[in-house]
Amino acid sequence: MLDLKGYGPALMDGAIVTIELAFLSLALSVALGLIGASAKLSQSRVAKGIATTYTTLIRGVPDLVMMLLFYYGGQVAVNMLSDYIWEAYEIDFFFQFDPFISGVVTIGLIFGAYMTETFRGAFLAVETGQIEAARAYGFTRFHTFRRIMLPQMLRHALPGLGNNWQVLLKTTALVSIIGLTDMVRVAEEAAKAERMPFHFFIPVAFVYLALTAGSELFIKWLDKRANVGVVQGS
Amino acid sequence: MPDFIAEWLNQNEIFTAMTIMEYWDGMVTTLHLVFLSLVIGLLVAVPLAILRTVRNPFVSGPVWLYTYLFRGTPLLIQLYIIYYGLAQIEGIQETFWWEIFREPFYPALLAFTLNTAAYTTEIIRGAIVSTPNGEIEAAKAYGMNWFMRMRRIVLPSAARRAVQAYSNEVIFMLHASAIASVVTIVDLTGAARNIYSRFYAPFDAFIFVALCYMALTFILVFAFRKLENHLLKHQRPVNG
Repeated sequence: MLDLKGYGPALMDGAIVTIELAFLSLALSVALGLIGASAKLSQSRVAKGIATTYTTLIRGVPDLVMMLLFYYGGQVAVNMLSDYIWEAYEIDFFFQFDPFISGVVTIGLIFGAYMTETFRGAFLAVETGQIEAARAYGFTRFHTFRRIMLPQMLRHALPGLGNNWQVLLKTTALVSIIGLTDMVRVAEEAAKAERMPFHFFIPVAFVYLALTAGSELFIKWLDKRANVGVVQGS
Repeated sequence: MPDFIAEWLNQNEIFTAMTIMEYWDGMVTTLHLVFLSLVIGLLVAVPLAILRTVRNPFVSGPVWLYTYLFRGTPLLIQLYIIYYGLAQIEGIQETFWWEIFREPFYPALLAFTLNTAAYTTEIIRGAIVSTPNGEIEAAKAYGMNWFMRMRRIVLPSAARRAVQAYSNEVIFMLHASAIASVVTIVDLTGAARNIYSRFYAPFDAFIFVALCYMALTFILVFAFRKLENHLLKHQRPVNG
């Protein structure tokens, strides 16, 4: 049996941190993606411009640089804000920018940009006849979105969503660099202390492999369900 | 140079000739690392992709396993395993390999190459598999053997189809190379981290490198768009 030299529980806790981080970032990125896609498809020039700037900026910068900027920069910004509030209103306001929040915000923001592109394509794939029919039935804009667009768009969005999720899962490993005790961090400390790198990193690699393989199966199952009733060509 | 920029450059303590040189050296390291891993990765990926399409599972199976393992785990873990792991291999410190792998540059290069080769193999495999059957039939009708078919028909046609996905991989690699700074390599990100810790100025340090990466990304995007236009010239609509 695998002997983890007493690091087993810590690695387990780290794995849970990784999973929490991944799911919270996914939720944030889906929300940002929906907003971004709606902005890109809206009539408003300003909304379009903001969404396009957002996706272009994010896709040009490495995730690690973004993370370092948010983590170190976020703390400096909070310090400046708390100094200002203290001087202006004499209210003691401070909070520590922790790696977990920085990680969720950064990964959410990065993948929000990718989700924006995925959802934009999926919204465009919904036939216009469907929207016209909804309008003819007297649906409001919100109703059309919730009852017609969203359910039909999901089918087209699933493959891209699944891909983004797989990449997101692997990106969570980076948060160990800014000091979050996820499983990568625990493995690194254990490997250094025990001088056994293979012994600790390879099990962690297999946890990631299990997570990506499991998600792959789940996404396939979802895809099958979402496509029930669609006649597939060739 | 406009006066206000000159004035600003004179006043600030961070963007001096010294730090600009540090950023420049970092950029050279980044480009060096990314370019070498992409070139070697591509050279490894082409034969692997061909092996991956062979029907015999004893040939395609190991290649599948390799790409599956490297695509299913984070690059950071692969880097750690290679960087910390190589030094632990029994007896390596006595061989000449130690002279090479003692520098963090080479373990990082190895990790990046293996990673990009895995992704590139799958990209090329996809392009090979989707070769129109008629092209292969025509080649067979001309009496071309397997090797000639591969070289003259399948690979050139696959290259056209792979170029777009490959351009994404190149940009992904440029961005992924930022983690080289974790194993003490002073690449572009490493330079920013050094300058951040010296001046405690996160915005100046990281926004500047973010802009550098962005510029590199846009240059790559532009170059690949040119290449795509060139390779797919025959598919452009006549009056488009």
